[in-house]
Amino acid sequence: MSLVQFLFYLMALIAVTSAVFVASTKNLVRSIFMFFITLFALAGLYVLALADFVAITQIVIYVGGILVLILFAFMLSGKETLNAIGGQKGRFININKMPALLLSGLFLIVLVNMMFKIDANNLVWIKKAIVTKNIVMPNSQTTENIGINLMTKYLLPFEAISVLLMIALIGSAHLSRKGKGV
Amino acid sequence: MISLTDFLIVGAILFCVGLYMIVSKQNAIQVLIGIELMLNAAILNLVAFGKYDRFNNGGQMFALFAIVLAAATTAVALAIILNVYKQYKTINPGEIDKLRD
Repeated sequence: MSLVQFLFYLMALIAVTSAVFVASTKNLVRSIFMFFITLFALAGLYVLALADFVAITQIVIYVGGILVLILFAFMLSGKETLNAIGGQKGRFININKMPALLLSGLFLIVLVNMMFKIDANNLVWIKKAIVTKNIVMPNSQTTENIGINLMTKYLLPFEAISVLLMIALIGSAHLSRKGKGV
Repeated sequence: MISLTDFLIVGAILFCVGLYMIVSKQNAIQVLIGIELMLNAAILNLVAFGKYDRFNNGGQMFALFAIVLAAATTAVALAIILNVYKQYKTINPGEIDKLRD
């Protein structure tokens, strides 16, 4: 087993266990901090998929932005939420959680079954990409290629997303302003 | 080399954990974290397939767009959650059953 594979399985294990911990723990603050670890492990997985720029973006935006925002909202939403969380007692396998567990478990079985059936390594376009050398190698420069593509081929989605970010900015500022009701 | 199926299975597991959180949690912030987990699973798949598209970078590009969209979604959702908390003094999605007062 090569080092890359070992790192992949390590990262995957960390990501999955911390995600399960996030889902199962009663303590909300602890679950948010474990979510940090999930996101970092996912960034490691992106690096192993040879997408270094996406990994950096993941760390900057998700870990630096979204999670801090979530922590803020949690801390601002007061003590009652903490008490409400502490109130829901019970074991991990709770009878109230049974439908959700069943749903996600069955969905997982369906998804994994489908992924073994589809046999992603032997898809036609992937074989064609390997033959025509259209595949990211560990020593290829991805970031400058991303920059060029962003300004040429993907200019329309880029602009659309900038408009959408503007709308989201105005909307959240409007929602969170002080004053008489929304 | 790591096979694509491994990436897909990790993504599937994360997606199902997110689904479980969305369905079962009684706290809007935890539901939001579940949504983030599902988005991350989708991004992982995009990135894993994006390896086979060096010239156009389709997968990585849309992974970036998805990350930005997730940021926008989270900002608006948290503003809404704070407002809901101000109105109802709870953020349990099961107890918020009135549109106004």
